[in-house]
Amino acid sequence: MSDFLKLDLLGASIALKNKEISSVELTNAYINAIEKTSSLGAYLDVQADYALEMANRSDKKIQQGTAGPLEGIPIGVKDMFCTKNIKTTASSKILENFYPTYESTVTQNLWNDGAVMLGKLSCDEFAMGSSNETAAKGNVINPWSKTNPMSPGGSSGGSAAAVAARSALAATGTDTGGSIRQPAAFCGITGLKPTYGRCSRWGIVAFSSSLDQAGPLTRTVSDAALMLNSMAGYDVKDSTSANISMPDLMTYLDNSIKGKKIGIPKEYTQDGISQDIMKFYESSINWLKDSGAEIVPVSLPHTKYALPVYYIIAPAEASSNLARYDGVRYGARNEAATLDEMYELTRGNGFGDEVKRRIMIGTYVLSSGYYDAYYLKAQKVRRLIKEDFENVFKNVDYLLTPSTPTTAFELGQKQDPLTMYLNDIFTVPASLAGVPGISIPVGLDSSGLPVGVQLIANSFDEPGLINVARTLEKCADFNLIPDGAAK
Amino acid sequence: MSSIKSIVDIPTVNKIARLARLEILEKNKQNLTNDLNNILEFVAQLNEVDTSNVEPLASVTGHKLPLRNDEVTDGNIGELVLQNAPETSSGFFVVPKVIE
Amino acid sequence: MTETLNLKPGQIKGTSGIWEMVIGLEIHAQISSKSKLFSGASASFGSDANSSVSLVDAAMPGMLPVINKFCVEQAVKTGLALNAKINNISVFDRKNYFYADLPQGYQISQFTKPIVGEGEIIIDLDSENQTVVGIERLHLEQDAGKSLHDQHPTKSFIDLNRTGVALMEIVSKPDIRSPQEAGAYVKKIRSILRYIGACDGNMEEGSLRADCNVSVRRPGDEFGTRCEIKNLNSIRFIIQAIQSEAERQVDIIESGGKINQETRLFDTSTGETRSMRSKEDAHDYRYFPDPDLLPLEFSNEWVAEIKETLPELPDSLKKRLIKDFGITPYDASVLVEEKEYTDFYIKAANGVDGKLTANWMITELFGALKKENLTLENSPVSPENLGKLVGLISKGIISGKIAKDVFSEMMISKKSPAEIVREKGLEQVSDDKEILKLIDKVILENQEKVKDYLGGKDKLFGFFVGQVMKLSQGKANPGLVNKLLKENLK
Ligand SMILES: [Mg+2]
Ligand SMILES: [Zn+2]
Repeated sequence: MSDFLKLDLLGASIALKNKEISSVELTNAYINAIEKTSSLGAYLDVQADYALEMANRSDKKIQQGTAGPLEGIPIGVKDMFCTKNIKTTASSKILENFYPTYESTVTQNLWNDGAVMLGKLSCDEFAMGSSNETAAKGNVINPWSKTNPMSPGGSSGGSAAAVAARSALAATGTDTGGSIRQPAAFCGITGLKPTYGRCSRWGIVAFSSSLDQAGPLTRTVSDAALMLNSMAGYDVKDSTSANISMPDLMTYLDNSIKGKKIGIPKEYTQDGISQDIMKFYESSINWLKDSGAEIVPVSLPHTKYALPVYYIIAPAEASSNLARYDGVRYGARNEAATLDEMYELTRGNGFGDEVKRRIMIGTYVLSSGYYDAYYLKAQKVRRLIKEDFENVFKNVDYLLTPSTPTTAFELGQKQDPLTMYLNDIFTVPASLAGVPGISIPVGLDSSGLPVGVQLIANSFDEPGLINVARTLEKCADFNLIPDGAAK
Repeated sequence: MSSIKSIVDIPTVNKIARLARLEILEKNKQNLTNDLNNILEFVAQLNEVDTSNVEPLASVTGHKLPLRNDEVTDGNIGELVLQNAPETSSGFFVVPKVIE
Repeated sequence: MTETLNLKPGQIKGTSGIWEMVIGLEIHAQISSKSKLFSGASASFGSDANSSVSLVDAAMPGMLPVINKFCVEQAVKTGLALNAKINNISVFDRKNYFYADLPQGYQISQFTKPIVGEGEIIIDLDSENQTVVGIERLHLEQDAGKSLHDQHPTKSFIDLNRTGVALMEIVSKPDIRSPQEAGAYVKKIRSILRYIGACDGNMEEGSLRADCNVSVRRPGDEFGTRCEIKNLNSIRFIIQAIQSEAERQVDIIESGGKINQETRLFDTSTGETRSMRSKEDAHDYRYFPDPDLLPLEFSNEWVAEIKETLPELPDSLKKRLIKDFGITPYDASVLVEEKEYTDFYIKAANGVDGKLTANWMITELFGALKKENLTLENSPVSPENLGKLVGLISKGIISGKIAKDVFSEMMISKKSPAEIVREKGLEQVSDDKEILKLIDKVILENQEKVKDYLGGKDKLFGFFVGQVMKLSQGKANPGLVNKLLKENLK
């Protein structure tokens, strides 16, 4: 059994195509692993029967020679993706009994390419959080936890924990301000946020529409490339989807990065960042230099304003996006005598504290008298942040930054919302600019917790991003498995 | 215009909660008020940035709004539309009585 | 009472003097598209509840809007027809509020950057007077669903068939000064929309509704506080509602009160407006650009292409009718109200007296159709036959009076007027000898009156004309009767 779990996505895919293993065997191994690691709380819903049915179909396709690129690969799906006839809750009580009658474009793309659906993965409620602690169904535990349970990061905490714990070969995530990259860093795996518009948002529960972007969480950069190959694509159902085709990322993996210019932004190495992270960040710089890249110090002067901008824009959009959860057409309802009372009780009960906090902030910054001072101001500074990236990409090809200011923290440790928000300090700027970013694990800190670094590319340069990330991955050669993983 | 300065108090919280149709329990109001003030104070850093000649940015996509052709491609899925509803009656969604 | 007679339309005589109304209209016109503004569900309804509804319209999680090109074209077309500025870049905003028939919790509309900016139209008030009404803007937005409140004692029923249907909101400047002007304005907008095919203009079915903003002031003063009367779906109601609302406001101000800016409903049973309870909450719509949509952009070339497709519009047609047929501006404005009227008229007036044709069409034909509950489309009298009837009158073959009888017969039998005249022997008598015979008879039988007339009672002339006409059973040529009577009564 353990041999199956040792295979990464690329390895499993080759073994399946060579008929060395079957998808049913592989899927069974993962269903087993889910059971063994159930105490981590990564899964909200396990679809064992459905997965085996899909695996069976995949095996037939492999036999018939009609296999898709992800044929027979068992993956987990963040609960933000609507899955047809499979409960989708966005980790919220307000959607506790919602069964979509439709399938999100991104997950449909994955099934079309042969992937097998293991189940739905926990996340922060409506993807609002950086620790997975706002999930209605409770915490997810980082498989790297030592004596005390640690946070897997968030909001794609279930996705990151499952991939790290070997209870999914890969997982989908969504990233609004760092929700793929930060948990990937905390859990010692790879997390890729594509360019805004690369993956369709159709069928993904919306948090902040101008920022939300789906992406993969995987064990390796190659796996991320394979996943994104399938997930990405123009979708006429999403007006913000980009009609720009993406070449096969696998063909870029092993190009040389000789002569590529890597920018080192000075704003990403200031106060509050842990010594261990700085150490690995510096090693990463050197690895890239040794691989032939040219290291260029750069500046993105508006970096420090990214978090304040984000904490205006994202809640503002969320306050409007979440208005549809009103107890009328789906989801939970608290009965009351009047319509307004029904709304207030339903929403007051259905949403958790963090979601309510963000709806309140969002409503406030859009309200009459405050719009210009907050929302409009934030949109203006957002332009400056985007221009920072445009300017810097005139001189360099990629940026290298730490993924997070700290490694994983203990659950329950950060009670104050603002302290929590600071987790996303290095991931939010790329989200605001819409450019792609990837976090890859490069080592363990002195407490034995994974350290991630982030590479950022210009819009739609996922091929180059994958190439540099793969180069760095080879240098770092991080291949440790957490104690909490299935064996 | 853009000098950010605001202190949220409980009446403001009540007003915003009403706009957002959120029931906030009495015992949580003070904490929520404090949180909101902390966040608003944090985002007030934006005051430092001179944005006098900056156009607001609403979308990072470089493309134009795509237009679809006027064709009926959807609908007649009443069952699917109503399937998740807490209360329905003869094809309608049902809510507590609204007085106009 | 005598004083009120001196009031101009739109003025109110209060206890403290004269008041003037200030009126602005927001017209919601449903675009005649097949599918909805942002979804592929059908825009025509009347079918089962929640049948013309897509997952997008029902605001299911993760559903996204994609805009309908036809609707954008119709807005541009309408903007061009309103002589308005077309904005090559416009933005869709979310208007946030909670309501049972608003599934998204927001309406997608256009707030700061509408697709069409300022314009103006000319409206005809009566035979002499025209006025210009400014257009503030036109924007695209989604319609809401429908709530039924009378199906159950404690519940409301929600139908989303109408949700997401494309509307154009056309906002006037507060240039309107009387309920009649408001009515004429709506008629004019409706006519333009129907000409260009952007909206069917059917007010009973709700394809065209108006919100009326009404305030009162002393003539020439600053604007007063306004109230908005929502969702009026007939011109008659618009006129009634504005009048009664303005009177209400005058009463309040004159008895020392203040007007609350509020939204009101018109109660068709009482003819009065009342405050809308559900809108009591202080509004704060928190408009912001919809992040699911990008700015709507198009080129001048595209606008020019659309302009090419515009038909001749009422104002231009009206000028043409006045010039080509010599009719009055007022008649022309009636005849261009609907494209079908104009087409009918041009056919009918072909080769005959244009003025007379207009009279007959507007007074007799429209009157008869209305009485029979018919439309011009299924008129028993064809334009050709109406023209022939006018020709018979002009040529003196029948008198105007006989013509009315012939017309009534045409309404029933659909026969040509010549045929009816022939069958019934209604040709006008224009033979001097025939008429002189009748005149002689009348003079003989009324010797007393002839004496009085010759003695100076000129008014009696009409009596003699009447008697001769009566004897001829209306067939005598009245001009000839006049002439011959004058010659013979000496
Ligand atoms: Mg209105
Ligand atoms: Zn409107």
